Amino acid sequence: MTELLEVKDLSRSFGGLQAVNKVSFNVQKNNIKALIGPNGAGKTTLFNLISGMLSPDSGSIMFDGRPVHGLQPYQIASKGLARTFQHVKLFPKMTALENVMLGRHTHSRAGFISSMLSLPWTWKEEKAIREKSLEIMDFLGVSELAGSEATSLAYGQQRIVELARALACEPALLLLDEPAAGLNMRETAEMAHLITKIREMGITVLIVEHDMSLVMDISDEIIVLSYGEKIADDVPLAIQKNREVIRTYLGEEDA
Amino acid sequence: MKPGRYLPIAGLIAAVIGVQLLTYYTGSAYMLTQLTMSAYYSLVIIGLCILIGYAGQISIGHAGFFAIGGYISAFLTTYDLLPYKSHGLITFLSNAGLLVRTEDLYGSQVLHFQPWAACIMAVLFTIIVAYFIGGPVLKLKGHYLAMATLGFGIIVYRTVLGTSFFGAADGLSDVPPFVLFSGLEVSGKASGRVQNYYIASGLVIAGVILLLNLVHSRIGRALRSIHGAEDAAGAMGVNTAKYKLNIFVLSAVFAAIAGVLLTHYNGGIGPSEASVMKSVRYVAIVAIGGMANIWGSLIMGFLLNFLSLRGYFGSFDDAVFGAILIIIMLFAPEGLLHKGLFSGLKRLFSRPPKEEGQT
Repeated sequence: MTELLEVKDLSRSFGGLQAVNKVSFNVQKNNIKALIGPNGAGKTTLFNLISGMLSPDSGSIMFDGRPVHGLQPYQIASKGLARTFQHVKLFPKMTALENVMLGRHTHSRAGFISSMLSLPWTWKEEKAIREKSLEIMDFLGVSELAGSEATSLAYGQQRIVELARALACEPALLLLDEPAAGLNMRETAEMAHLITKIREMGITVLIVEHDMSLVMDISDEIIVLSYGEKIADDVPLAIQKNREVIRTYLGEEDA
Repeated sequence: MKPGRYLPIAGLIAAVIGVQLLTYYTGSAYMLTQLTMSAYYSLVIIGLCILIGYAGQISIGHAGFFAIGGYISAFLTTYDLLPYKSHGLITFLSNAGLLVRTEDLYGSQVLHFQPWAACIMAVLFTIIVAYFIGGPVLKLKGHYLAMATLGFGIIVYRTVLGTSFFGAADGLSDVPPFVLFSGLEVSGKASGRVQNYYIASGLVIAGVILLLNLVHSRIGRALRSIHGAEDAAGAMGVNTAKYKLNIFVLSAVFAAIAGVLLTHYNGGIGPSEASVMKSVRYVAIVAIGGMANIWGSLIMGFLLNFLSLRGYFGSFDDAVFGAILIIIMLFAPEGLLHKGLFSGLKRLFSRPPKEEGQT
């Protein structure tokens, strides 16, 4: 197995709070790896560090064998790492299709001058962007929402459109920040199905999730964070039996 | 591409010609002067519309860029270089064909920059200033960006007002005509009124086409995404800092070109062109035009500038634009001419749907 993402001794604090403390882990190619932990465990901070929205105080992040820590989010995205957000962040006043089309940004190259002059090759590129975006929306079963304003859609639909936008980047690694948050049971099951379908496309997935059943069902490996530190990193069955994990989630037995 | 996008352009061309014919047959050709000036101001406004409406970055300092363009061009085409003619640099510029010799009002010879050379230098200088200012300033958001650009506008205003070779409070005058091609010149001569109206309008039409293309492209999509959710745009691979800076510079170039040409048309430029109230006026017109609406900005740019230049607002000129800004921000922060307005009007004039579900 080859490592796609290698996180080593990653730390980040906010004032006096050590949000992430010397966390190390690897994500193997074509795996689904989950990141769980109680509220405030540092899961989202870890995601923001990996995607470049925050810079680490110390430690390193290697993506596909090259260091990405300290790079800007757009640079990391262009290396093949896409993400979704805990609170869906679609672009308002743009249709669902336009949102997904923005995901093709790193795979297209029309600049200011060629766009203003509307050079013929930019039309072809624009057409290719549109077709690929529709294809991805079709794959996720939301192509009928293409013309609707993205932020006017139902929350569950917004989540899938956001997923389509991330997939349009054709990422090697997809970071999903609580993809089932705010979804009902049927939608959660659909999301689980979509995530396994995405893995079948050859995309590696790192997922932060609160929904235990979803995580246990679909992940190959699970990392457990508590107060910014990694307390376990194993296959789902072993995690379920891990005493420290149980203590973290359920409290001490011998009270 | 979509022919629908260019259909309104045909309408615009027809309107431009229609207005000229109207002034011709009603014997009010003198109005073309104000229409020409309005066209140049509209050029500033459509450039600002892209920056504010699409990319979501405010600038209350665009009169500064207009003035930089105008003043540099005016200075270079009027400042007499004859006393320095033996200097190596001047000889070099002269040999390169960038300088011209003319006679001043009193018949004595003067040597100054050729308008084309001055125009290009003015625009290049504006680009440099815009990059220099935009780099740090565009890291700010919302009110802070507004204040910083306002500060820039004030600096330009006080600079031209306090610099003697920019004519201080009098500004610069006797700016020569700008010969674009042989037979086509930007100047305020009454004989060239129709010609200049078409030059200015043609420039606006070209500007509208370029900006519409930009809006409907990959870049336009990226700019709108920055407006909507900047961090998400970055996470999708958009170099947000670079795009914001580029669109800021582009809108500054639109302002500078308008500044250069209007200065040649008027034969001079004064410090009022750099004043904060001019910047506020541009922002107010973009706001009433519907923010992210090039056509709305264009129509309002022509209309309100024309009314203002014809003196319809009297001594309340600045107050009118201040009031427009306040009213728009209070009652229609999305701008007056936006898509919602038309559907709202349609709803108002269509019959209410019949109630269903009653037997």
